[in-house]
Amino acid sequence: MLMPEVLIGKVRPAEIRKRMSLLLKEMKKSRISYLFVLPFVLIFFVFVALPVIISIILGFTHFNLLEVPRWAGLANYKRMLLADDVFIIAIKNTFLFAAITGPLSYIACLMFAWFINELTPKKRAFMTLVFYAPSISGMLYFIWQIMFSGDSYGYANGILLKLGIIQEPIQWFTDTRFMLPLVIVVILWLSLGTSFLAFIAGFQNVDRTLYEAGAVDGVKNRWQELWFITLPSMKPQLLFGAVMSITAAFGTGGVQQALTGAVSTDYAVHTVALHLADHGNVRFEMGYASAMATVLFFIMIGTNKFIQKLLSKVGV
Amino acid sequence: MRIFVKKRRLNRSKGGDLAILLILSIGGIFMALPMVYAICQAFKPLDELWIFPPRFFVRNPTLKNFSDLFWLMSTSWVPFSRYIFNTLFITIVGTAGHVVIASLCAFALAKHRFPGQNLIFKIVVLSLMFSPAVTNIPNYIIMARLGWVDNYAAIIVPAFAASIGLYLMKQFMEQFPDSILESARIDGSSEWRTFWQIVMPNERPAWLTMVIFSFQYLWSQGGAGTSANVFIYSEELKTLPVSINQIMDGGFARQGAGAAVAVFMMIVPVTTFIITQSNIIETMATSGMKE
Repeated sequence: MLMPEVLIGKVRPAEIRKRMSLLLKEMKKSRISYLFVLPFVLIFFVFVALPVIISIILGFTHFNLLEVPRWAGLANYKRMLLADDVFIIAIKNTFLFAAITGPLSYIACLMFAWFINELTPKKRAFMTLVFYAPSISGMLYFIWQIMFSGDSYGYANGILLKLGIIQEPIQWFTDTRFMLPLVIVVILWLSLGTSFLAFIAGFQNVDRTLYEAGAVDGVKNRWQELWFITLPSMKPQLLFGAVMSITAAFGTGGVQQALTGAVSTDYAVHTVALHLADHGNVRFEMGYASAMATVLFFIMIGTNKFIQKLLSKVGV
Repeated sequence: MRIFVKKRRLNRSKGGDLAILLILSIGGIFMALPMVYAICQAFKPLDELWIFPPRFFVRNPTLKNFSDLFWLMSTSWVPFSRYIFNTLFITIVGTAGHVVIASLCAFALAKHRFPGQNLIFKIVVLSLMFSPAVTNIPNYIIMARLGWVDNYAAIIVPAFAASIGLYLMKQFMEQFPDSILESARIDGSSEWRTFWQIVMPNERPAWLTMVIFSFQYLWSQGGAGTSANVFIYSEELKTLPVSINQIMDGGFARQGAGAAVAVFMMIVPVTTFIITQSNIIETMATSGMKE
């Protein structure tokens, strides 16, 4: 609150002291509020905020967890870009996954929420459950491994063999031609989560009278209704959903690891999240892994901020 | 509103309605198929699991896969019931702590005025914009320092401060009428008492939502990419998702048992969601983000 003026240096010291004592007084008065937020803020600081700071700092060091970190300057970043081919593959894949699964899942969430909203309340509740269930079903995605298992007993192979489309069972999760599309399908299957629910709620809470007013003003079909009335009135949900989708899209790695192993054939579905876990938790190159985490952090924040700007223009 | 839906609504063409129904059905089948398949697998007897060509549906359903779970795992040195207990333990403790700690914070952020509150909320919103993958490495260092490696604290305590729960709760609490809080204060109720006796009972939809989100996060701990996967290595501390892998590694006769675990893992969160759905949708209505 005080900072900018203090920095500019326009405020006299006496003024500062007065304001500081006012602030302190106010803080003393708010003791109880601070007690209420304390447990959360403390845990949040130690396990979310502090790690980001540590990660940024460690990114400039060599650190193996046992010895004291050694200053490395930009060495880790140079290595990432110039000497680590796998990182280049990983970052390409990360962007590829994000560019495909992010928008697709966002649009799927929005589209299905919109369609479901047209149903009667009972059907609506049922369909919401059907679409939302995969994302909360624990580790159910391993069922894809069984459906697409590499032997002829896997359901997909069985059907294709029986129909005579293939002669040999396909190794779905080790063959580089099939891994990427299959992993994308599974990620999409899992991705109707928080954003989807937010959109369902958003659609239900649009003021009904707006639609009648819109019809009078010449809104002719459901598309126009969506664009001119619904989307602008649920813009806050759209922004929230975008944050959820983008963050999930760039953090991708768990599904890949579960379906194709921590290191996939030819790194075909390797992502930055997996690569940094590989270097950090397996090889204990904490400095290098932190540098990668820092890159990922800024990519996520940057994309989020950028998309927020874009979305704020919807329907205006 | 029901009447409104029954008759042809404003600006709705018949063709459009049909197209929507068609797309919803295709989408719905795609979403449900793997789950139905998992359920079928779990009830298939051994000879149906390994026939060619494979069948999708089960012909002679059996409960053998479920009873096998306990039998198979009683021969290993960690009984299957232990995995169930572990998962239930971290889920219940973590969720309970999260609801209390995050609600307290959300209440102060939404209904009190104090220096720094906007900063706290802004940082929490910022934290929604990056995934745990980013903090994975430093978290390991911090856990090692705290001596929490191979200890449930490493999973449960960070889950207390899940930012999504705080975010949703705070947005929802904004709507709570100030007049009620004011009259409670005039009646001499302490903030602590007001919180427990007036605010929390009235904010049921929001904390049920926190329960669902926290539950979902903790329930899958142990699977690929989760923090339990990094921090927990003692066999007797491992969780249900880990047991799926171990069962599946036990050879092809175990596929049915693996599916049985998956079905069990799925039933609990899905049931919770069915019960709480309307509350969650109500909460999500306030989830919006201002620029």
